[in-house]
Order: sequence, then C-alpha cells, then structure tokens
Amino acid sequence: MATQASVDQSNENVWGGGNRPLGASYGKLMMWYFLLSDALTFSGFLVAYGLYRFKFESLWPDPDAVFTHFPFVHGEYPLIYVALMTFILIMSSVTMVMAVNEGHKMNQKGVTVWMLATILGGAIFLGSQAWEWYHFIVGEHGAVRFEDGRMAKIADADGTVLSLHDIVHGSDTPHDHHEKFATDEVIAAFKADPSLQLLLPGKEREIINHKSALPLVENSYVVQGANMKENEYGHPLFANFFFFITGFHGFHVFTGVLLNFIIFVNIVKGTYQRRGHYEMVEKVGLYWHFVDLVWVFVFTFFYLV
Amino acid sequence: MADHAEHPTGTRWIWNIFWLLLIVTAVEVGLGIVKPAFLMNKVAGTLLINHVFIILTLVKAYYIVMYYMHLKYERKNFIWTIALPALILIPYLTFIILVEGGYMGSITLQSIPGN
Repeated sequence: MATQASVDQSNENVWGGGNRPLGASYGKLMMWYFLLSDALTFSGFLVAYGLYRFKFESLWPDPDAVFTHFPFVHGEYPLIYVALMTFILIMSSVTMVMAVNEGHKMNQKGVTVWMLATILGGAIFLGSQAWEWYHFIVGEHGAVRFEDGRMAKIADADGTVLSLHDIVHGSDTPHDHHEKFATDEVIAAFKADPSLQLLLPGKEREIINHKSALPLVENSYVVQGANMKENEYGHPLFANFFFFITGFHGFHVFTGVLLNFIIFVNIVKGTYQRRGHYEMVEKVGLYWHFVDLVWVFVFTFFYLV
Repeated sequence: MADHAEHPTGTRWIWNIFWLLLIVTAVEVGLGIVKPAFLMNKVAGTLLINHVFIILTLVKAYYIVMYYMHLKYERKNFIWTIALPALILIPYLTFIILVEGGYMGSITLQSIPGN
C-alpha cells in the first residue's frame, strides 16, 4: 500500500515516528499480538495437561486405547479419525490462503468461492468433533473403579480388553454401546470366570491377575463412558482436560467460522472491492491459520504422545 | 504492505506447503500406528518416538506460521516481537512445569487420584 515508498525513502528514520516501524497496519499487528497471547494461553493448558499426566503416569490412559472409532466401521482404528480431522483443518487452511491470494488480485469471485470452502471446512471439522465427543462420552468398554480411586478395564487371559457386554452377555451377541450395567452383575460375571484379569490404563499396561483382583473388584463399582467426575479411560483429570482443551479449541473454531461468515457476507456485498483491498480477509485468515496451528499441537499432545 | 514484493506469486507454493503438511502428518500417524521398536526406548525423560513427534510438530508449526500466516514476509523487527516472547516463554514454562510434574509423579502415591 501507500507506505511502501515512504518506508524505502526514509529508512534511517524508521523509529522517528514518520512511518510505521513494524511495517504493518494497526489491525494486523493487533491480530498478531492477540494470537501471541492466545498461543501462550494454549501452551498453559497443554503444559498443565503434561503436569498431571506426569504426576499420574500409571493411571493416565494411553490415547491409542481411547480414540479408536471410525464412522461406519467396526473394530478399533486408533489415530485414523483424528488424522482425518487434521486433514480437514489443513485443507481449510489451504482454501483460506487461496482466498487471501485471490484478494491480492482483487478477484471478488475467487475470494467468495474460497472463503465459502473455508467456512464449509470449519463446519465439517466442528461436526467431526461433536461425533468424537459423543463417542468419548458414551464410552466403549466400560471399567471398574476401586475403592482407592484407581480403575481398570477387564481383560481376558491374553490381556485383550473385554467390554462389560462381553463378560456379562458373552462376546458373540451384538454390542449395544448404550446398555448400562449394574455393578453386581459385572462383579458376579468377573468372579465366575477365573481367566479374567484387570488391566490398568497406563501405557505400561500393568495387569492384575484374577486372584489379586478379587478383593479389589469386591468393593468396586462400574464406570461407563466419561463425564466431569469420572471416566472409564483412566484418571478423572484426563477427561476434564480433554473436554476443556479440545472444547476451548472447538470454541475457537466455532468463533472462526462465525468471523469467516461475517467476512464472507461483506465479500459478497462487495465491501472490500469498494474499499480497494481485502486486508480483512488476511486478518481473519491469520486467526484461522492459528486455529489450525493449535490443532497441530493438540493432535500431537493428546493423540500421539 | 511492506515487503509484499518478495511474496511468491501464483498458487504453486500453497500446494507445496499443503503436501508438506500432509506428508508430515501421514508420517506421524504411520509412526503412531506402527510404533517401530527402535523408537520405543526412553531418551531424556520420554520415548524417542515422542521426540520425533514433537520435532515433526514444530516443523509443521514453522511452515504454517512462516508461509500460511505470511510472517516470513513481514519486517524483521515485527517477526522478532512475535517470535521472541513465544520462543522464550513457552519452552521456559514447559521446562519448569514438566520437571515439576515428573517430581510430583515420583512422590505421589499413584493409587489415589485427585489428591
């Protein structure tokens, strides 16, 4: 824009107040500093997650054992669904860069199309997240929680995790994720089959054999799915952090979709065409890429590590 | 905007970075599923595979921030006002908190969650 020439001519006077020392508009600068502060907020959350994960290592669930679903497919496929979500978000980042790119060329139609694609990508991501939360909350195998607060899944002699359904009704009947099991029937079924053992949630996959499990199971109760107080996957804080961090990120995505939509309406109305530049698209684009950036870290620290 | 002259033109660079992000993510997912044995020993407090994940994540972050967010094409002093606080504060916080977490883990009775 107009500053380019004056910046070049009076380079030695950059800090003299005659031009913009950081060479960017106020709006863009403030968006960047907001994103910097937001980045520090998210690092605070992720680091807090790390603190408690290190503190309760043996009770912290292995993410591979938690996020294993894929739509319309039975069986366990760790990482595949989150990988798809990551792909969706990266893709919507690409369409956003495309929109900014068309904006530089003052091509209103191009910006409109790419911005619409970005909004769609964001909406699909939010839908995927809702689906994942749903399965996280409903749960998969169910677990027993002991009096001392520890919890374990029930496994067969080989250490393969069995669901409560498997041990109460047998594994050959169809599985209903929503069936609630009473503590008594689970304890009775566990006692009746001496090949059953308990598996602690941690990555070490510690096993408690049937004999030493009996006194623990005696005073335990059944936990299915996840809520803010307890979850079948492991330490209660795991679900708290999951809801809070992915929820806070999802809230950012939702806000991003909303902002993108407002900008989209202005693009369609020709506001930026008349203004002579599409800097608003760049600014909202910065926010959108930041949301993608945060997801890259959430993906690593929640699902991979 | 200043330095816009240096911007790459066309859309080829956008797709190049897209492929880079996609391939790095695919490598991460592949490693996470296969868990190759030679990456499963502990180095500096955590599994070697986790170090690999973190490095790959930082690579992705670098490309998103520098190219998709155009930070590379801003003024040098602008870049440093963004990069320095993040590069100093985040590793510092991570270091002290995770060291503390490791210590808390070593003294906590692991059987009593929530305390």
